[in-house]
This record gives sequence, structure tokens and C-alpha cells, in this order.
Amino acid sequence: MNELVKIFLSAMLIENIVLMRFLGLCPFIGMSTDIKKSTGMGVAVIFVTVLATAVTWPVYNGLLKPLDLEFLQILVFILVIASLVQLVEFYLKKSAPALYSSMGVYLALITTNCAILAVTFDVIIKGYSFIESLVYAVGVACGFFLSLILLAGIRERLKIAPVPAFLKGMPILFVAAGLLAMAFGGFDGLIK
Amino acid sequence: MKNYKELFTNGIVRENPLLTLMIGLCSGLAITTSVENGIGMGLAMTFVLLMSELIISLFRKLIPSAVRIPIFIVVIASFTTIVDLMMKAFLPELSGSLGVFIPLIVVNCIIMGRVESFASKKPLDLVVFDSLGMGLGYAWVLAGISAVRELLGAGTLLGFRLIPESYTMGFFAKSPGGFFVFGMFIAVNMLLKKRLAEGGSAQ
Repeated sequence: MNELVKIFLSAMLIENIVLMRFLGLCPFIGMSTDIKKSTGMGVAVIFVTVLATAVTWPVYNGLLKPLDLEFLQILVFILVIASLVQLVEFYLKKSAPALYSSMGVYLALITTNCAILAVTFDVIIKGYSFIESLVYAVGVACGFFLSLILLAGIRERLKIAPVPAFLKGMPILFVAAGLLAMAFGGFDGLIK
Repeated sequence: MKNYKELFTNGIVRENPLLTLMIGLCSGLAITTSVENGIGMGLAMTFVLLMSELIISLFRKLIPSAVRIPIFIVVIASFTTIVDLMMKAFLPELSGSLGVFIPLIVVNCIIMGRVESFASKKPLDLVVFDSLGMGLGYAWVLAGISAVRELLGAGTLLGFRLIPESYTMGFFAKSPGGFFVFGMFIAVNMLLKKRLAEGGSAQ
């Protein structure tokens, strides 16, 4: 149990996927324009990351590994994730139209979110068990959600802040993200 | 002839994928802690981009538009796998330090974007220049960012020590430094483009 808490916390805070490992930056920059948008994206990412890990882990360990097909990993994972997202989209459209209208737009974008693909590779490289993999996936996705919300808050403040002319727009956003990353650096050493 | 040159420089400066279009950022920031990594990643990316665009352009008339996205993904993923396995075999050290970012080339939006918007519509010769321009445009920004970060963060350039160790700033080698340096690169690029535009309109 203790081990699982460790995996969760270090995935969420210390090894924050966006701020420490620079994965999933495109949605991080693109979707953080306001808090509502980033909540939708964050929830969709948590959902798909966990689902993708729950499917790709058995596929790798139950199918690719016994058949000596490890070299197909990249190809298989991306196809599995892409079709998974598509299925979820169809399902939501039919059975939960309200949820679909709030989350649907983000689902399509998620296939190319490298954070999700990276998590599925990570759990294989780290040799986690199935339960550990799921916990890791939840942790990473929560970390993504947290940093997305934080940046969205900062951006709303930035709109009224006096910014030097040459930093206006994108550059100041990256400086703000850098400061956020520095704050997250403080979590280093939280877990021994 | 002029057309080729224009296509080639388009990716390098005007529509630079990283600085202007803001796509493919992830790998651009994560692995730029040393120049060697930056150049390695840039070349790996250029190779995948060139080969994928070539194949897609060759078969563009045969690919049904309804299933084009899955086909693109399969082509891109195949070349990514080739690069990944080749690097593991011949450059194990570089492959180790680039880690998960080589397989992640497959979801790099630059490749998908160029394949979808350019290679699936244009003939072979134009595609070669476009992909080389885009690939090298990506590579030079990576090399630039990593040069700044390696010099300030570790005091070395391609492994040669230029600044004594006690004067280096570890900040630039860590992730916040990556964000800062990248922000500055965008600012300088915007400034240059503004100057160029002003100069052009004054003439």
C-alpha cells in the first residue's frame, strides 16, 4: 500500500509530466486559456490515460512479449490508443450526449497527446505490475490536470499584468511556466 | 527553381515549426540539455519526416481519404520504429539519453501536420524540399536551445569545457531553465520577424 502511495505522489508532483518532463506541452499551452476549458481537458486526459494503460499493459505482457514481437510496440500502442479514443467517442455520443458535448472536443485531440503514449511506454520500461501501472497512470494524469489548472489561473492574471513589450504573448507564458516548474522543483526530495 | 528555395527556407525561418507554429514542443524542450542530444533528435526527426512524406506523397492517389489518418499513423510509426531500433543498435549512448522521446516522434504534431497538409497533396519533388526545410528548421532550433542550455548549465559545448565548473548555473540544465530559454527564443524570433517586416514595407 505504502509503495502505491509513493508511486502516485512521485508521478504527480516530483516527476510532474508537464513541468519536469515536458510531455503534453501542446495541450498545456493550447488548452490553458481559461479554467473551464482546462478542467474539461484535464478530466478527459485522466480518463483516457487510465483506460489506455489498462489496455496496453495486458496487450504488451500477454501478447507481444510471449510472441517475441516487442519491436512492434510503438505501432501497436499508437493504434490501440487511437482506436480506443474513437470507441469512447462513439460510446459517449450514443449513451451520454451531455457528457459528450462537454468532453467530446478534447477526446479527439487526445490521441496526439504525447503524455498518454509516454505513460504507456513508461510502465513497460519501469517494469510495473498491473495495479502499480494503473496507480502510476492516475498519478501522472492528476499531475497534468493540476499543472494545467495552475497555468490557466496564471494566464487569467497575466491578462491584466503589465508585461514588457518584447515578452508579450507567448514568451511570457513560457517564463510563467518556468516559474511554475521552479515551484514544483521544491517537491524534489519529498519521497525517499 | 525559386519555388524550391522558397519551400526550403519556409520551414527554416518563416514557418519554423517550433518558434512560429508552436507544434512539436515536447521533444524540443525535454532533450535539449546537451548539443549532442539536440542534434541527434533533430536528425532523427528529419529522417522520419522525410521518409514519411516521401511514402505518403508517392501513394497519395491510392490512399482513400476516409481512412487516411490511420494509414498516415502506420507509415509514421514504421519509420519511427526503424529509427528507434537503428539508434539502439548503433548509437546506444545517444539512444539511452534520448530515452522515450524517440518512440514519441510518432505523435509529434509536426509530422502529422506536414503529412496531412502538404505531402498528401503535392508531388514528390516539392515534398522533398518541404520536409528537409521543416526538419532542419526543427533541428537548428533544438541545436540553438541546447547550445545555450549546455553552455550555461554545464559549462561545456559538445563536451568541451568552456566555463569552469564553479561558474556554471545548474538552473539552465533543469526544466525551468528550458522554459525560460525557449521563451527567450520565441521573443527574439518575433523581434526579428517584426524588423524584417518593417524593413520590407519601408522599401
